[in-house]
Amino acid sequence: MRQKFLWLILFALFLPINLWALTAEEIMKKSQAAFLYSGKDFKARIQMKLISSGGQQRIRELTMLRKNYGELGGEQKYFIYFFQPADVRNMALMINKFPKKDDDRWLFIPAINMVRRIAAQDKRSSFVGSDFTYEDVSGRDIEDDKYELVKEETFGGKDCFVIKSMPKGAGEDYSSKLSWIDKATFLPIKEEYQDKRDELYKVFTADEIKDIKGFPTVVKRSMRNVQTGHRTEVLFLKSDYDLNVEDSLFSERFLKNPPRKWVE
Amino acid sequence: MKNIFILLSLILFLGSCLEANDIEFHGFFQGNYSVSITSRNPDGRIFKWAEERFQLKINANIKPIVLFFKADTFYDHYDDKANIEFREGYLDYNSRIWDTRLGRQIITWGVGDLIFINDVFPKNYEAFFSGRPMEYLKKGIDGIKFGIYPSAMNFELVAVPVFEANNYPASNRFWSFNPLASITLTEQREPPANFANTEFAIRAYRDIKGMDASLYFYKGFSRQPSMMLEQQQMQTKNILFYPKLLVYGASFQGRALNGVLSFEVGHYDSVQDREGKNPVIPNSQTKFLIGYQRQIKEDFTVGLQYYNEYMHKFSEYKKALPSGFPTEDNFYQLMTLRLTRFFMHQNLKISFFVFYSPSERDRYINSEVYYKFTDNVNVTAGINIFGGTKQTTKFGGLDKNDNFYLQLRYEF
Repeated sequence: MRQKFLWLILFALFLPINLWALTAEEIMKKSQAAFLYSGKDFKARIQMKLISSGGQQRIRELTMLRKNYGELGGEQKYFIYFFQPADVRNMALMINKFPKKDDDRWLFIPAINMVRRIAAQDKRSSFVGSDFTYEDVSGRDIEDDKYELVKEETFGGKDCFVIKSMPKGAGEDYSSKLSWIDKATFLPIKEEYQDKRDELYKVFTADEIKDIKGFPTVVKRSMRNVQTGHRTEVLFLKSDYDLNVEDSLFSERFLKNPPRKWVE
Repeated sequence: MKNIFILLSLILFLGSCLEANDIEFHGFFQGNYSVSITSRNPDGRIFKWAEERFQLKINANIKPIVLFFKADTFYDHYDDKANIEFREGYLDYNSRIWDTRLGRQIITWGVGDLIFINDVFPKNYEAFFSGRPMEYLKKGIDGIKFGIYPSAMNFELVAVPVFEANNYPASNRFWSFNPLASITLTEQREPPANFANTEFAIRAYRDIKGMDASLYFYKGFSRQPSMMLEQQQMQTKNILFYPKLLVYGASFQGRALNGVLSFEVGHYDSVQDREGKNPVIPNSQTKFLIGYQRQIKEDFTVGLQYYNEYMHKFSEYKKALPSGFPTEDNFYQLMTLRLTRFFMHQNLKISFFVFYSPSERDRYINSEVYYKFTDNVNVTAGINIFGGTKQTTKFGGLDKNDNFYLQLRYEF
């Protein structure tokens, strides 16, 4: 009994040491796994509000399906079907995301019943005109940044690591990013992007987190460009994991004619 | 035949809609105007196109089938009349490894950007040259398509019992080169709808090491008319007819050189004139396309294409060509450049597209600005500019048709 108690104490002592031992890069890896790789697959009905500094709103409504292939941080496939606005209704976008190389992207244009590959070199380009980039949707290669654990602090009532990420290559739209990573869930609670002149540029916040099938999920988030005043608010209206999304969904056939059960 | 087909599908469709519990209605109101900017039309008018149009799309899900219907009603100020255009109407059935679509449907094949080799389906070039929205470049076919998807390969099989020709610019609206312009009596002879004339098109496709690879086959007719003169009751008549055609082709598209690289090839077998000795039927040709598309920076994409047409029996063609007719090239070449740039959170799009043929020394520029006022209201303004050193070439012949167009649209 006494021996067991000692083991427990040892174990308890060891836990925080273990956490302390996580490098900044490992924290970001765990964060990406929690934020963008949870479950075998994932489905959400997503509503995006693009709000200009003058308050004018544009709506994007879509269903997003994701399936993981390989290890965490590895290849993923995305299927995105648009409901709104009217000029993109029934359009569908398929992305094969590969770490360390360009994505494959295909777009289906219903008016002429055409599937076309689209050039996708810039992962930092805007996703459907919003303040989020393709990388914000599907993740950035961990190897593309250098990381530094700046501090630990309580933010929004949560114990957080504060990590600074700096792109290794030139030519990115930001020079550094500060991320507040919740120690309990490893989800990013807030991120601040600094531009090339080291001025605050974009701010990401996770505004609501729900537990779905045991996976903490950011169901409300926003990205604000503090320099232009434009912001994008995103609601995950329906989210679910481990639905056994078939591999065959990610095909030209279903891009042109998506099965209702997956896009509804 | 065509009308019966439409009527039958409409009855079937409306009847089934009554049963459906899952129906969606969408569409648009649109004003579309195009005005000539360099010279008046051959009939002396200045507008190339002027219409208001309402499109209704109905999608009804009646398990296990889906019905889709898209029709336009419009008022055409050019001919001063209202009309209805039945754009698409079909029935879909989906099974695990196969599906079928029956009815009027638009099919787009191939990897070219506004250059069509294995896309052997009907097109409306008048719509495109008049500044109508892109969707009107494609015409539906009345037929059936089967998709079969075993694991190794995917197949699309299309059967079209009713021939549909391409639509070229009308002679009252567009200036164009016509060596038989002096003959005013014309008669269009489309292949009659029967089993022997049923067109078949097959596409087999799969992924090969990250590349999208397709093989194509088509048995049918050229959609571009050939002209032949006939003496009827002491009068000379210009007969427009559509020679038989077989097409064998292939395409590849994939990520390469920091962009998207496309190849497409097609052999056009002119069945009725394999020797190339008949001057009124096109010779067999091999068509080839290479394309490259790249995102230069955020919201800015550049596309380049080089296209080549090789005429197989060129010496026979030259020998047989009647005097007074312009000679086509043995190697026809065409290059295109497309620039697309988005601004203002993709609410503003500016695009520039140019065709240039080094062999015919002619060009065609289409440039447009698209702006979204709200999620439902948008406007497109653009220009079509044609030119060339000779009146007898494709775009050179359209030289006097430069136009400015406007599309105003409310979508719901």
